[in-house]
Amino acid sequence: MDEIKNTTATENDEYLVEVNNLVKWFPIKAGFFKHTVGNVRAVDGISFKIKRGTTMGLVGESGCGKSTTGRTLLRLQGKTSGEVTFDGIDIFSLSKEELRKIRPRIQIIFQDPYSSLSPRLPVGEIIGEAVREHNIVPSSEYDEYITRVMEVCGLPAYYKSRYPHEFSGGQRQRICIARALALSPEFIVCDEPVSALDVSIQAQIINLLRDLQKQFGLTYLFISHDLSVVEHISDTVGVMYLGDMVEFSETEKIYSDPLHPYTKALFSAIPIPDPDYQMNRIILEGSIPSPANPPSGCKFHTRCSECMETCKYVTPKYREVRPGHFCACHLYNSEEENREYAGQLDELKAKAEAEAATNAKKLKSASKEKAMKSLND
Amino acid sequence: MLKYTLKRLLYSAIILLFVMFLIYSLMYNMPGGFIEQKAYELASKPNATKSATEWLTELKAQYGMDKGVVPGYFTWLKSAVVGDWGDSWAWTLPVTEQFSNTVWYSFILSFISFVFEILIAIPLGIAAAKKQYSFTDYFTTVVSMICISMPTFFIATVLKYVFSVKLGWFDLTGMQGRDYAELSQFGQFLDVAKHFVLPSITIVIISIGGLMRYTRTNMLEVLNADYIRTARAKGVPEKKVINQHAFRNTLIPLVTTLGGSLPGLFSGALITETLFAIRGIGYASYTSMTQADVPFTMFYLAFISILTLLGNLISDLLYAAVDPRVRLG
Repeated sequence: MDEIKNTTATENDEYLVEVNNLVKWFPIKAGFFKHTVGNVRAVDGISFKIKRGTTMGLVGESGCGKSTTGRTLLRLQGKTSGEVTFDGIDIFSLSKEELRKIRPRIQIIFQDPYSSLSPRLPVGEIIGEAVREHNIVPSSEYDEYITRVMEVCGLPAYYKSRYPHEFSGGQRQRICIARALALSPEFIVCDEPVSALDVSIQAQIINLLRDLQKQFGLTYLFISHDLSVVEHISDTVGVMYLGDMVEFSETEKIYSDPLHPYTKALFSAIPIPDPDYQMNRIILEGSIPSPANPPSGCKFHTRCSECMETCKYVTPKYREVRPGHFCACHLYNSEEENREYAGQLDELKAKAEAEAATNAKKLKSASKEKAMKSLND
Repeated sequence: MLKYTLKRLLYSAIILLFVMFLIYSLMYNMPGGFIEQKAYELASKPNATKSATEWLTELKAQYGMDKGVVPGYFTWLKSAVVGDWGDSWAWTLPVTEQFSNTVWYSFILSFISFVFEILIAIPLGIAAAKKQYSFTDYFTTVVSMICISMPTFFIATVLKYVFSVKLGWFDLTGMQGRDYAELSQFGQFLDVAKHFVLPSITIVIISIGGLMRYTRTNMLEVLNADYIRTARAKGVPEKKVINQHAFRNTLIPLVTTLGGSLPGLFSGALITETLFAIRGIGYASYTSMTQADVPFTMFYLAFISILTLLGNLISDLLYAAVDPRVRLG
């Protein structure tokens, strides 16, 4: 514990959360001895920083690793490699007990307000259990504290003795927020907190989250696939594709001038509430490739409208293309880099092809085995 | 709740009437039954004065089986309702007496096994689920599969061979030792208890596998639920996550199955009782059924039916008690 206290001395540090080259692979097991035949590369080395009191939006298609990032950030599951630093503390270096002790400072709101509340506990207990567990307030003030937290989140105090199934989706999400807030966290991961709700309720919840942020100086990581919502709430936005961060910048910059072709396509799909507006949608062809066998080079090259030969074999570097605007795309290479990549192209081509072939073979035999097994079962 | 319970009791009574009628008509029409055998036996005696057919009509009239299925059933029902269950044909004893002579042995045997089954299977199931795909998980799975697959007589024989023949700790069969009569009251109790050890172990072994797998499956389902992740995220100690959040939610299906096993406590363990020569209800009911002893079989099956119906009702009521989402009415 001493160690934690010491490290919190750097409180005037600008960034509350720093993620450095975080990787999370889920192994695919097959065969009798359950050997690993491949990996689902859910998160494939992403880095970002979040300033205190700001909101970072994380957007991308389904299955691009947004939620995995959120959960790994909280160490709700292990990482494969990389680093997560919260307020100067390396989350993955903590022991189980130390981790439990700092849990109140980092909270999460899950996507599904129906399954994330235990059906057997009354609302007061759901919100209050961890408050008692961590001695957030003295026991004499406990009741009053819970009432206050519930009121802040728009829940009347008499809801305390009710059970989750007696509430609607929006109310349940308020309970989830109250639960997270009761622990007086500094950082909340909002894992698609509004995507399961009606549009009218979405606005209420978003505004509630914003009000709470102002009131308590919270820092959010806001995971969503709803680009309008993210634009509304975020200060910075990161765009993910197949486990990679492809673009990151301040909200205004990225929305007014997206750099990456994927971001451009994504943002062209935002509906504009004006019937006369002519939308210029960039339609992405094909579906999102399997993260178990991602394309070589730039993972987006299979669907990119501006794909070049280099893109197919050389992984683009994620770097600051303009001040405060990060992007991973060969379109923004310097002349020098282009010349260098062109020289390596043939060699890389052969290598990538061989690799893809063996990967596909492995996965194919694994899925075959699985199918056989399910037949036997 | 009260209204619901009363309604369910009424339904149960109606179901019971039909069930008993079905059983009665089966027993009534069973070929080569008790009366037929008795008739042939009497007719084949050396100084028999009547033919088998004559005996048959006479005996049928005596035993009240000459009226046809429907009137016969209502005669039985009328006396059964006021508590007169008649005499057992096979044992020439009042049915209730023969029943109380045997049922407690079975009940004690089943109850002890039931308690141990719960105490062993549920923690094992939880342990296996907690570490899915670990050595513990595979080990318990293999053991439970063996337990489920082994026939009762095989397990009983192995136990007897090891503990009675080789080690000489227990008697092979029976409920009392040779010197039972000479023992003090406490000594007699211990003696009977000792004779119940091997049969209990046999029943526990054959039954824990199923309950363990059931607990494991349910626990796994709950452990993968989002609200368990919520509990972990809010920093609840892991022990509490397992024992309170997860296990409480596993209780719902568990209670239903355990409530359903209530009649099993009284129905006796036919094979085990036979193997260890325990004069329990399982053995008694088996004998009465093969001999077409109508009064005893009717009583026994009425008893089991009532317990089954009650068991269902109780598990539904318990369901409401453990799951706040279920409001009966």
